[in-house]
Amino acid sequence: MALLQISEPGMSPDPHLHRLAVGIDLGTTNSLVATVRNGVAETLPDEKGRHLMPSVVHYPDQGPPQVGQEARGYSALDPLNTLSSVKRLMGRGVSDLKTVAGHVPYDFVPGDGGVPRIRTRQGDVTPVEVSGEILKALRARAEASLGGELEGAVITVPAYFDDAQRQATKDAARLAGMNVYRLLNEPTAAAIAYGLDKGQEGVIAVFDLGGGTFDISILRLNKGVFEVLATGGDSALGGDDFDRAIAGWMMQEAGIEGDTGHHRMRQLMMDACAVKEALSEREEARLKVALSDSDYWSGCITCEQMNCLIDPLINKTLAACRRALRDAKVKPEDILDVVMVGGSTRVPRVRERVGEFFGRAPRVDIDPDKVVAVGAALQADILAGNKPGDEMLLLDVIPLSLGIETMGGLVEHIIPRNTTIPVSRAQEFTTFKDGQNAMALHVIQGERDLVDHNRSLARFTLSGIPSMVAGAARVRVTYQVDADGLLSVNAREMVSGVQSSIEVKPSYGLTDNEIETMLTDSRSHAQEDMLARRLREQQVEADRVLEALDSALGADSELLSQDELKDIRDAREQLAAAREGEDHEAIALAIKGLERASEDFVARRMDQSVRKAMSGHRVEEFE
Amino acid sequence: MDLDFTRNYFELFGLPQQFRVDDAALMAAYRALQSELHPDRFAQSDDQARRLAVQGASHVNEAYATLKDDGRRARYLLSLKGTVVDEEKESAHDPQFLLDQMELREALEEVDQAADPLAALDALSRDIEMRYTQMLAAFEVAFESNNLEAARQEVLKLRFFDRLREEVARISERLEDQLLG
Repeated sequence: MALLQISEPGMSPDPHLHRLAVGIDLGTTNSLVATVRNGVAETLPDEKGRHLMPSVVHYPDQGPPQVGQEARGYSALDPLNTLSSVKRLMGRGVSDLKTVAGHVPYDFVPGDGGVPRIRTRQGDVTPVEVSGEILKALRARAEASLGGELEGAVITVPAYFDDAQRQATKDAARLAGMNVYRLLNEPTAAAIAYGLDKGQEGVIAVFDLGGGTFDISILRLNKGVFEVLATGGDSALGGDDFDRAIAGWMMQEAGIEGDTGHHRMRQLMMDACAVKEALSEREEARLKVALSDSDYWSGCITCEQMNCLIDPLINKTLAACRRALRDAKVKPEDILDVVMVGGSTRVPRVRERVGEFFGRAPRVDIDPDKVVAVGAALQADILAGNKPGDEMLLLDVIPLSLGIETMGGLVEHIIPRNTTIPVSRAQEFTTFKDGQNAMALHVIQGERDLVDHNRSLARFTLSGIPSMVAGAARVRVTYQVDADGLLSVNAREMVSGVQSSIEVKPSYGLTDNEIETMLTDSRSHAQEDMLARRLREQQVEADRVLEALDSALGADSELLSQDELKDIRDAREQLAAAREGEDHEAIALAIKGLERASEDFVARRMDQSVRKAMSGHRVEEFE
Repeated sequence: MDLDFTRNYFELFGLPQQFRVDDAALMAAYRALQSELHPDRFAQSDDQARRLAVQGASHVNEAYATLKDDGRRARYLLSLKGTVVDEEKESAHDPQFLLDQMELREALEEVDQAADPLAALDALSRDIEMRYTQMLAAFEVAFESNNLEAARQEVLKLRFFDRLREEVARISERLEDQLLG
């Protein structure tokens, strides 16, 4: 009988201790930090009273990197050393850069696959390090205005962020010396900000249209429980596309050629954005577009004309809403409330069409730029244990299906999208050839049938499978997703017990070595914590291996020659010695050494048991 | 709190072991368990407690997903009775049922030719859902009268409906994509 012992929750050691906790909206263009003070959640301004911090980092000739408003001032003067929009690169590999090309103008360091590096005069930096600088600046702002050291933070991520992108965000927080209570989906944070958990029951939709991304989330609220039923969206659709559509119309009307210069294009986009904002309040806007230094085209655009231009884009958002409703198994009329997030929801046409689709006027009372940070702060306050009586609970789903590659480059889903997390699901696979000793596992994320059309998260190998006829081995592959949406995968051959696992991240995140190197530079204690955890994990694993070996030797040592027995004993002693040391890598090496030394032994025990079974004896349990 | 992993999902939520489930009671029991077990309740605890919370919450999520879904619940009930349904190796063999399934599949393939494909798909989807409900009703009658073989035959039909519903969702997504370019 398996019993799970857990200590009583909510037993904060000192009820009067208020832990300093913040919510952070780490945005593509701007970031915010918010906290709960005297029961009210509010965003924290800098010393000049500005709440939004541009997500921009400048690497100067000397001295530490500058972040925010000061850094943005350099984007025209020193563009190659002024990095913005790095959120688009988080958790992305070099091979993904094409998809973000055009959004980011930097010099990438050519080369060796894996994580993209951006060349600056202070050396090559990764997107994770740049985000780490932004988080450090937000942390400094929070600690200055709260007057103490931060205990922890809730950081928001787009619902569409995949595993690698979430992991990269956590890595950035580690570099900033920040304790992350939880990653929270941005739309979920917005629903919390509206306090829709208080006194309401029902299904709500969060419509989040930012500058460059669109997210739709369907949540169910019931007595303080937030259940995310489904999420969907488009990571390449936003208000910038509105501006582009309007700018295209202006070019057409003014007779400007398509391949106009970069500078002119930027001016047109800014004009288009101004028109969009003007038409939020008026029926008609006048335009003046420079054709040359002395020549202008002037004209006029009505609300109706603009609506025609942006309607196709709004249609796309509504198609995603339809899909999310189907995933959530609810109808538009079941929606009790619609929450608007993101600057582009200020456009009246967006509000109107969304209202029509859901059959009710959307909520727009809280500043759509701040609402996510405010919700994150409320959640951080609860996770810090500052509100022991609060029953709010967030049940999240994974946004994209997780699967495994099967024969022929196909994907078999193990956990379908919109499954509530944490979750653990297993599936059994078998060997394909007689005597197959290893199995390659390829972890895939996405909805498409072919591996090539999805994202590859990780590859690893289960080796040491004893020789059996094809189809006899039973390899149980378990996917475990934690509350942050991060995946670990374990593969175990059920007959022999050989197993292998992986925490999914190296594909497009940073390798642990890279993180360790970066952490040596930072003053945080995160590295010590991490090493201690690694060491404990390796010690536990070493104990397990030693115990299994001793019991196998006790039962079957006659299968080994004197020399072989000596080799195994030597490897065993090395592991036992390493187990007492402080070096987790040495323990891992010694475990591998022992596994190699005893490979034949394991295979022979297997053969012996098969023979026993064939001659009518019962197959003995191993280990 | 102790979570006993050996209890079956009905016992876990304190519900009677039968096909009909009181949705409200299931939801309430699920939320009560999650509000104690969820890893967010252990944000301040050590790694060990957090890992255990992930395991416990995963188990409860799996139990809830199983009981919430009619098809999964039917399969699960049979497995609790020790009735093995190997859907990889065995298939429904009621000829009328198989014929109906073929016709439904053909109708799905022809949706594209309809004047309003999405509306045609929605109508077909309603038809499929109605048949699915009928099949579940037949399962319930068989199961509750302890006619396990008849219940097993109904469960063997589930896979056909799973595939049809997947197909409906796939076509629906494709049509939406087409519609919006």
